[in-house]
Amino acid sequence: MERVTAVLAAVRQPLGARRAYLAPVTFVVLGLIDIGVFGAAALVHKGDASFLLSTTGSGVQIPAIRVPAAPLCFVLGAVSVGLGVLRGTTELSRLVRRLTVAAVLLFFVLSLLCWADAGHIALNVIIIAQGTFTASIPLILGALAGCLCERSGVINIAIEGQLLFGAFTAAIVASAFGGLWVGLVAGALAGGLVGVLLAVFAISFLMDQIILGVVLNVLALGMTDYLYDRLMAQNSADNTGVTFGDIKIPLLSHIPIIGPIFFASNVFLYITYIAIIAIQVALFRSRWGLRVRAVGEHPTAADTVGINVLWIRYRNVILGGLLAGIGGAFLTIGSAGSFIPDISSGFGYIALAALIFGRWTPLGALAAALLFGFCSELALVLPTVNPILPAPIMNMAPYVATIIAVAGLIGRVRAPKADGQPYVKA
Amino acid sequence: MSDIPVVAPDPVPTETPEPARSRPRLTGAVLIQAITEGSSAVITILAIFLALVVGAVLIVFSDPVVTRAWGSLFAHPGYALGQTWHAVSFAYAQMFEGAILNPSTVSAAVHGGSVGAIFYPLSATCAQATPLILTGLAVAIAFRAGLFNIGAAGQWVGGAIVATWLGFGVSLPPVIHVIVCLLGAFVGGAVIGWFVGLLKARTGAHEVIVTIMLNFVMYDLLSYLLSHHGMLQEPKQTNQVAPFLANDANLPHVGGPPPQVGVGFLIAVAAALAVAWLLSRTTTGFEFRTVGASPTAARSAGINVERSWVLVMLLAGGLAGLSAAAVIQGTNTQLTFNSYGTYGPDGITVALLGRARPMGVVLAGLLFGALHVGGTYVEAATLGQVPANIVQVLEGLIVLFVAAPALIRVVFRLRATAGTGMEAVAKGWNG
Repeated sequence: MERVTAVLAAVRQPLGARRAYLAPVTFVVLGLIDIGVFGAAALVHKGDASFLLSTTGSGVQIPAIRVPAAPLCFVLGAVSVGLGVLRGTTELSRLVRRLTVAAVLLFFVLSLLCWADAGHIALNVIIIAQGTFTASIPLILGALAGCLCERSGVINIAIEGQLLFGAFTAAIVASAFGGLWVGLVAGALAGGLVGVLLAVFAISFLMDQIILGVVLNVLALGMTDYLYDRLMAQNSADNTGVTFGDIKIPLLSHIPIIGPIFFASNVFLYITYIAIIAIQVALFRSRWGLRVRAVGEHPTAADTVGINVLWIRYRNVILGGLLAGIGGAFLTIGSAGSFIPDISSGFGYIALAALIFGRWTPLGALAAALLFGFCSELALVLPTVNPILPAPIMNMAPYVATIIAVAGLIGRVRAPKADGQPYVKA
Repeated sequence: MSDIPVVAPDPVPTETPEPARSRPRLTGAVLIQAITEGSSAVITILAIFLALVVGAVLIVFSDPVVTRAWGSLFAHPGYALGQTWHAVSFAYAQMFEGAILNPSTVSAAVHGGSVGAIFYPLSATCAQATPLILTGLAVAIAFRAGLFNIGAAGQWVGGAIVATWLGFGVSLPPVIHVIVCLLGAFVGGAVIGWFVGLLKARTGAHEVIVTIMLNFVMYDLLSYLLSHHGMLQEPKQTNQVAPFLANDANLPHVGGPPPQVGVGFLIAVAAALAVAWLLSRTTTGFEFRTVGASPTAARSAGINVERSWVLVMLLAGGLAGLSAAAVIQGTNTQLTFNSYGTYGPDGITVALLGRARPMGVVLAGLLFGALHVGGTYVEAATLGQVPANIVQVLEGLIVLFVAAPALIRVVFRLRATAGTGMEAVAKGWNG
């Protein structure tokens, strides 16, 4: 009998026992890296790390912070190891568990920065934060688009194609008509058009949604390459590289540190704020969201109580497409300016990873996208501060960080139950 | 929307058995039924046809003469249609001549020219198809075990790095050198795949995330190795280029120059046969398919699901690594940063078109290989007017239409029957 229960437990929870050790072990390992790698290396350099908290020309100038690099690494590492031991030995509430994860990751990043900067020119924290947002916006919008689709039960692998087509259309319309806002709307509609294709084939033609997503990405890549060759490459007036200017929000943008990071960017950052809050609240605090989630978890039950399953799926998939189209528009008229073939270069797939990593919630996806954006920005900045760090190796950081986070901290995730299954009324 | 025939999803997503034939029927009747109801072969052919029709629109749009003719459609309708027909038929004829058979070489051979030249287009198609078949197999075998391997690109790079290093950095006797490089490529890819499977089995990390991330990690690793002289960079170069492989590390060709079949192609076909044998004739293959159908059921049946995941990803990575060997040792003889091309993503479409079956993958790889060769040929033949990237659109459309048999039925007015569509090769996130 005992054996039978053991077998049953093994069948039901194949990963449960091992996963309990995952987070503590990861904490301890990260802490030891803080001490043994960053701390020890910083000891060799014998320098202070310094951080700037204001950009040149801003109203309030804050003096730079200088910290002794090596001792700080040792302290942060020791605290991380302690948190790991604490988490491995005692039961903690959910909130405290999350706080420990955040703390250990923060300490890891701080140690990394101290080590990289020890004895070199000062790092500007404001610029890193701004860069983080720039790198994250398409990922956040793409992941939110995926969230809208998948919460209603339609897998969206086509985020990449929606970003790409949105980026192309926004660039060409903004250039040809000379209106950035027209470009933004056109980009959104282009993403929405891919969304319409996704919806029609997935919901009405019951096509396998993973195949469909991959195919739409191939089509978007092929079409934008083709149109780029035909139109933009032959007539540069179709690809002028216009971009939105920054909008500084009165009062708020003058707050030291917070102002330049959060309230002095272009319109896309503000759209992203609105989208995150709106979707998080709507999905979990409104009747609308309850219906969406019902359709994504158990469409038959939803249908029985009178919810129009197919309509909700159509609406959400197309809404998601519009949102991803805006994310695509950011790639051209929001940051880079002109379109180049394959400008999305895998952002859509990373957004998909952020969505899964964030457990299909807007805030989770936001955290994942920010982690990713932050690491990309570090990879960009650190080699300029400290030439020892080779750029290609630093470029790996966001991807490696995601793998560590997914494997070490998140583990198994559960998608909406009906995600990917077409609904056929019985 | 109401007249769209609704095809019930296949209740058993893994294997659809052939319907038992109670009595032998006339071939003609079977054929007519296949056409009116749309067997999978008919659906595939119609899908390719439909994709070519849509592609024709792009060809028309590419040709300024034709677009101008359409501008005066109502004044000279015959002229517009004639120009359209001319442009489209010319482009597709060029594609056919470039990829399959050029009639002028046949007449030249009849008049005493080279017979081998007849087969040149086909040999080019096989060469293009080789890496696509191998990455296609890497994606397909993972699909059969219920995993979505987006990471063929990263596994390809893993194989390429090892094969290149063994190819120029080690000296070995002639035949052994080729074999060691091939094995090295397999191992290089397999390690990357194994890591993905291991993470999934040990921590539950989703393979889609891990493979996507590893692709980028491997690109960066390749970039790093190719920009340091102590590593893989050619000493006299500042570009991201590795040294040429030693001559005895390159894959030989069968047949004389220039129509030749690379040994790589034979390896690809052999790999497909091996995968087919593994999946249908061995216990391991049975376990893969069972895990793919339902991990929970497989676990209750006593199958070690985690072990299957690790093993199938290891094999998938190895196949992607072989694809790298076929390119580096077969056609390029040198690794550059751009060598990985689009073999990884193309592998996904090839696997999907081949319905995750090894022989289907070979056929799909050949079709896409032919399209790639034809696309390059038509771009040259029309002096760049029809760009080669319309082929990418064609590929996407073909897979789209094949995977949506309901659409093909509506367009061609076929009678609806259940179960001839594409099987659910891919599964949702919880699968």
